[in-house]
Amino acid sequence: MMEKSAGRFVGRQVADESSTGGKREQRDTKRLQAILLGSLLPVLLVAVWEVLSRTGVFPAYQLPAPSTILSTIREMAQDGSLYSHVGITTFRVFAGFIIGTLLAIVLGSIVGFYEKAEQIFDPMIQAFRSIPSLAWVPLFILWMGIGEPSKVTMIAVGVFFPVYLNVVSGIAGVDRKLIEVGKMYGLNTFQLIRRVILPASMPSFLTGLRSGLGLGWMFVVAAELMGASTGLGYLLVLGQNTLSPEIIIASIILFAIIGKLTDWILKIVEQRALHWQDGMVKS
Amino acid sequence: MNLNLQDVGRTFDGREVVRNVSFTAESGEIIGLLGTSGCGKSTILRAISGLDDAYDGRIEINGNVSRKVEDTTGFIFQEPRLMPWLTVLENVTFGLKGSRDQKEAAGKRYLESVGLGGSEALYPRALSGGMAQRVAIARALVTSPEILLLDEPFSALDAFTKMQLQDLLMEIWREYRTTIILVTHDIDEATYLCDRIITLRGQPGEMDRVIPIEQERPRERGSRQLAEYKKEILGSLDLNQSTQYEQRINS
Repeated sequence: MMEKSAGRFVGRQVADESSTGGKREQRDTKRLQAILLGSLLPVLLVAVWEVLSRTGVFPAYQLPAPSTILSTIREMAQDGSLYSHVGITTFRVFAGFIIGTLLAIVLGSIVGFYEKAEQIFDPMIQAFRSIPSLAWVPLFILWMGIGEPSKVTMIAVGVFFPVYLNVVSGIAGVDRKLIEVGKMYGLNTFQLIRRVILPASMPSFLTGLRSGLGLGWMFVVAAELMGASTGLGYLLVLGQNTLSPEIIIASIILFAIIGKLTDWILKIVEQRALHWQDGMVKS
Repeated sequence: MNLNLQDVGRTFDGREVVRNVSFTAESGEIIGLLGTSGCGKSTILRAISGLDDAYDGRIEINGNVSRKVEDTTGFIFQEPRLMPWLTVLENVTFGLKGSRDQKEAAGKRYLESVGLGGSEALYPRALSGGMAQRVAIARALVTSPEILLLDEPFSALDAFTKMQLQDLLMEIWREYRTTIILVTHDIDEATYLCDRIITLRGQPGEMDRVIPIEQERPRERGSRQLAEYKKEILGSLDLNQSTQYEQRINS
């Protein structure tokens, strides 16, 4: 009798899956509709902007037409400078992101696991957190010059805090009941960390990574504005000094594109790692 | 495998929750700990499991005193407590040691025996409450425990699922003859499943009565004999003065 009823449960599961397959088409058209609706306003705005710039309502030395900006990007792509600027900026963010994340994982885990460590480290880290991170810039430049080290350090500082906070709160938020299950099976502390605490704190950690990456992109702008001879931030300064708004806007657009692209990569990693979560289906 | 408790008690922050609990469970016996909430029945179970080691008194498993979690005991909690990041099969084999193939074979066998063959690859989010608790039962059984501790294992389930799982527990018991300590506040459940029922009452909780249920299995739910036992248990848990007086005379 028990097996029969279990079979029915399983049967329902399968039925659910096949019905979602049938609804896929309907869902796709709905998604397409949403994309069309969402892009309506931006397309309209760009069109109006193009017209107004061409007719001279917006002076070209302040707001050039979208087509001019596009051709600026195309020129930079043709002479290859686009790739070196994008490349160096991405490299700085990447290096800072890795360093900041690694430090955050190490310190966050220690503070998360040991109460004593929390009492020692956490107040100081919280105090440092309340310093607006950009205030470090002059000091870093003084210490490390205007080369790569000061920029990467700057970005690492920005990435560190959100990742650290999420690692600590992720570990603190692990369900005691699941830890008890682990203890019931005789797991030692190391096994508990690896098999229960790490996977359970993964959602919080990944959230931290994504907001850390966002801050990394913000800080690379600040770092490159301070003094750089390459990079997208340098293009911003260059555009300002040569009175060419098209370079500034092109740089802003490139920032938006690669920022979004890297976030999208992390989002895919997140979905892969957290496919077991209830809410992941919709996001 | 027998289990012996002598004067077990527990004090939390100076407040005595339960005291002087003594009983012996013979191998293959099903003992029910019954009582209103707050009388310390779950506390006793956690002491037996080794999850709590700060109790007073002695707990012997096969004559050995150990205040640690032992491989020979399995625990089924009130909630399924499945790891949401593991599949059903991985959850079942969570506590197993050995090669992957061995673990998976054992896990599949026990999933089959709780009626969930074919659900190995599902994640806990896709399970109903009853299915999740079946997985938890399979997880507790897969290590072949000699003593199975159950802490209100069916109390969060609807009435029908509850009955199904009680029958499942009886099937398992018939097959493995595990010693079972069942904590419950459901009198019908206790009379249906147990060989002996120990009632706990008071603050701090103390043993009130030990009621042997001398009924052949399989038992019939709602039978007159079980109803008689239920009456006796209700009498034991009643706060009525006259019953208390009567009890004192009896003991």
